[in-house]
Amino acid sequence: MKQVMVFVEQIDGRIADVSIELICEARRLARELDATVTAVALGSKLAGVLPALGNYGCKTVYCVEDERLSHFTSHPYAKSVVGVIRRHAPAIVLFGATIIGRDMAPRIASALKCGLTADCTELRIGEHKSLKQVYPKTLLQVRPAFGGNIMATIVSPESGPSMATVRPGVMKLDPPEAGLSAEVVMEESGLTPDDFLTEVVEVVRREKSVNLGAAQIIVAAGAGAVAPASIALVRKLAQTIGGVVAVSRPLVDAGLFPHDHQVGQTGATVRANLYIACGISGQIQHRAGMAGSKRIVAINSDPDAPIFRIAHYGIVGDLNEVIPKMIDAYKN
Amino acid sequence: MTLQIVVMVKQVPDTHNVTEEAMKADGTVNRAALPAIINPEDLNALEEALKIKDRIDAHITAITMGPAKAAEVLKECLYRGADDVVLISDRKFAGADTLATAYTWKYAIEKIGKYDLILCGRQAIDGDTAQVGPQVAEKLNINQITNLLEVVEIDERRMTVRRAIANGYEVVRSGFPLLVTVSGEANQPRSPRAKLVMAYKNIEKDVRGDSYDVSYLETEETHMLSRIVEWNADSIGVDPAICGLAGSPTKVKKIENVVLAVNDIKQIPCTEAGIHGLMQELKSDHII
Repeated sequence: MKQVMVFVEQIDGRIADVSIELICEARRLARELDATVTAVALGSKLAGVLPALGNYGCKTVYCVEDERLSHFTSHPYAKSVVGVIRRHAPAIVLFGATIIGRDMAPRIASALKCGLTADCTELRIGEHKSLKQVYPKTLLQVRPAFGGNIMATIVSPESGPSMATVRPGVMKLDPPEAGLSAEVVMEESGLTPDDFLTEVVEVVRREKSVNLGAAQIIVAAGAGAVAPASIALVRKLAQTIGGVVAVSRPLVDAGLFPHDHQVGQTGATVRANLYIACGISGQIQHRAGMAGSKRIVAINSDPDAPIFRIAHYGIVGDLNEVIPKMIDAYKN
Repeated sequence: MTLQIVVMVKQVPDTHNVTEEAMKADGTVNRAALPAIINPEDLNALEEALKIKDRIDAHITAITMGPAKAAEVLKECLYRGADDVVLISDRKFAGADTLATAYTWKYAIEKIGKYDLILCGRQAIDGDTAQVGPQVAEKLNINQITNLLEVVEIDERRMTVRRAIANGYEVVRSGFPLLVTVSGEANQPRSPRAKLVMAYKNIEKDVRGDSYDVSYLETEETHMLSRIVEWNADSIGVDPAICGLAGSPTKVKKIENVVLAVNDIKQIPCTEAGIHGLMQELKSDHII
């Protein structure tokens, strides 16, 4: 039976949202291939959390349970997953395009000599005709390239598996169906002490200060709103209309906001009901993170700012004047 | 003991600064019109190498894989303090995806000989995959550490680094040989040094083994000046079947230009009435 496999990322026993999003996507792909959805998870004390993946359509989870794998390092993780893939020969393997996924997946693809496409925004099963033959059902992997200026469709039909990484928030999360449990199959890691090449000395994790992916209303500040008074207005507007504050990359680079608040290609992808862009020019790397929002209001003093090309409402003006007017209008 | 550092650099189109001149009338990017630059995170990688050289005894070789024009980025490396530079160039490498590219890199780096630390940028701004670094590490069968933020400690046997992880950072340690990818957040690359620019701006490629040896005619100074060494597929001994398009498991099926589509945008005047109307509309549509 063909398999569409998902690498399940976990931190301290908590399964990453992106892994569940990918299991939902795997289920959609598996239907077209007449395949089953499986998963691979590495770590220790995981057997308890894995059966719940069945609620999203995962049939079997291959669990490599090893105390030494409780924290990610490149080589042991890559080698363990290569082992699972070689044993079960899935047609497709999906990874979250997280720091861990982008570290591990290329190393795995290199070992298997198979194709890997990074940061896919869309996955489909379709036909591909090469010069030599026709592949009726292969994975079509769509992704931005060239800094986001082109969309490329990539295929890798001649090698196996077809592997892809996908950023968090890109694939649709389905509601869980209670009562379906995934079978957990324990597997050996096959690792020796020589495989552990990186020593972890210290780990410092901060609690995420904001969950942009879940926010319905976002008020975002860009380079045009970098002044303290402008940022204060952005915060006040967010507070007034019940929204969350986000920023574009320049404000993170300037040290004014932590990376958690960043929307864009190297930050969060959001699909808010309302996205108010204040002083954001709308470079492609930012648009990549928010263009899927339902209503976009853009405030910018430059009438040629690219943000106006994707906004539903455009206000050409000084945000320091416009925002107070918006707050007043909302309250009355 | 001198630490042998290899820095992988790439010449890329400046995809992050698409100006009006580089845009075609239909709203798509004219890729050929974009200026060529050294990949930004590769400059960060070079800067880490230079910072290590500021601290301990190290030798830096910068390598690039590309057409003849790519030698320009090697000069950028010499201007900042790299010791040797190598250009890997061959039409057989064209059309390579990351796997075929990594194979070529493996052969080139092994031809360099002894190396302790390989530094490269986290990702290139044209491919945007961040795959080549880890794939080169796998091909060389060495350890890798990605997303370097800071070198905490280094000596000739091992290094301790701070790297980015989800919601924070971690400090990790590894022995050599090691490949490290460097994030743009790690440092501010130094500018070229005027003295080095003067010394290297006119250097040319030195295709070893092709011409007869006239080194006895050179002055001590020109003899000591670094030359751009150039290697092709034959010099590095790579099988044509595994490099270039032939050796690429991923193939491009289709390319679509992202058109800056002009939306049906509602222009809201910057007046109290205009803004009031906007907020009312959002309220009645239950957006806010």
